[in-house]
Amino acid sequence: MSELSVNHLLGIKYLNKDDIKLIFETADHFKEVINRPIKKVPSLRDITIANLFFENSTRTKLSFELAEKRLSADVINFSASQSSVKKGETLIDTVNNILSMKVDMVVMRHPNPGASVFLSNHVNASIINAGDGAHEHPTQALLDSYSIRERLGDVKGKKVVIVGDILHSRVALSNIFALKTQGAQVMVCGPKTLIPKYIDKLGVKVETNLRKALNWCDVANMLRVQNERMSVSYFPSTREYTQQYGVNMELLNTLDKDITIMHPGPINRGVEITSDVADSDQAIILDQVQNGVAVRMAVIYLLASKIKQ
Amino acid sequence: MSQKVLLNAKEVNIILHRLACQLIENHNDFTNTVLIGLQPRGKYMANRLAQMLKEEYKIKNLQLGHLDITFFRDDFRRSDKPLEANTTEINFLVENKKIVFIDDVLYTGRSIRAALTAIQSFGRPNEIELLTLIDRRFSRHLPIQPNYKGRQVDAINEEKVIVHWQEEQGEDAVYLINK
Repeated sequence: MSELSVNHLLGIKYLNKDDIKLIFETADHFKEVINRPIKKVPSLRDITIANLFFENSTRTKLSFELAEKRLSADVINFSASQSSVKKGETLIDTVNNILSMKVDMVVMRHPNPGASVFLSNHVNASIINAGDGAHEHPTQALLDSYSIRERLGDVKGKKVVIVGDILHSRVALSNIFALKTQGAQVMVCGPKTLIPKYIDKLGVKVETNLRKALNWCDVANMLRVQNERMSVSYFPSTREYTQQYGVNMELLNTLDKDITIMHPGPINRGVEITSDVADSDQAIILDQVQNGVAVRMAVIYLLASKIKQ
Repeated sequence: MSQKVLLNAKEVNIILHRLACQLIENHNDFTNTVLIGLQPRGKYMANRLAQMLKEEYKIKNLQLGHLDITFFRDDFRRSDKPLEANTTEINFLVENKKIVFIDDVLYTGRSIRAALTAIQSFGRPNEIELLTLIDRRFSRHLPIQPNYKGRQVDAINEEKVIVHWQEEQGEDAVYLINK
């Protein structure tokens, strides 16, 4: 197979196993490209991409922008804080105005779940979801799986635990879809208040004891507590959360194996993960960031190849 | 569909030896020369020539790489088939080196154009030469000619020249196929 089954990347939910395999194989080539002395290829020189960020982002935005530029696409950036959205314009109007300037592809982050699906039904451009509320963040899940594949050889059959604020996390949901599609076993671990009801219906194990979870897994993906999405308190204090669900070296040393530690960033050092763990050889946090560019290049390249002239 | 054998295994072998000798004539001991096989089909020929130069002509320190040109092609989104990438394996800089591009068939010259751009990512070479097993005359879209050629073929556009390699198809042969 050499073509994606979809025209947009709205969520991992819409991808099949072959799509993910194709994205990873393409990303392998781009990873080689971005380690060359000259890190750029001219493939997308006639494509224009708009990065629409209706919600704050540093690393995802930079990563997408770099990926686009390394493919030689023309890039325009937009962030909601400086736009007419504040003046009452609707999402479709905003995007159609941008598209009328001959834009071929839209990368969008939006605080509302389903915003990218909605947009894909109403505008004529390839849409990449860069995070929609607490719903999905497909490129993050792809780069996480890609990093696991790079470190452990394969994703299939591996045991991955996602620790922390599952309730508010789009990374968690996309990761669950991606890992299950590739045949990994998935567990979520966190305080009961931060684990959605019925999450076991997605075929994941649920564990509230971090030590048990770490003993079970090959890979632990540590998530940040998303205080900005919380209107009420879900646990008594940050200190208590850290005691129960923070990873530190002492805890890792008591396990009978070396597990791989991941984190999608931004890290709250000393809360969900201590500095000695984040900076250790077991952590592949910075590899994830580097792989992010290669994986995003692959996604953009593969979707762009489906835009007909 | 009809098929004609242009070269058999023995003829391919003789041609490869001649091309190897021509390379030695121009590049002596290959201290400043690198061979680059163009993916996907030029890889086999480059490997074969490199092996021949090392084993039969005792060339030491021969540097060999494979270059993939997929992301540099000019038919992205224009061809019916999606473009599939291959691996690039160049573990050295080509700055100030003499490069010999190796490919099996030279047809429109567009792949070579892409390769000329792609190789710039690895430095500024001093000189680039082109070696092909088959040169399809009168079919060029660009002003590109080989420095070393195995056999010149006059084929019309409806015809296709296919090279088989022992490593891939189990035989060395060149066919002219009439579609």
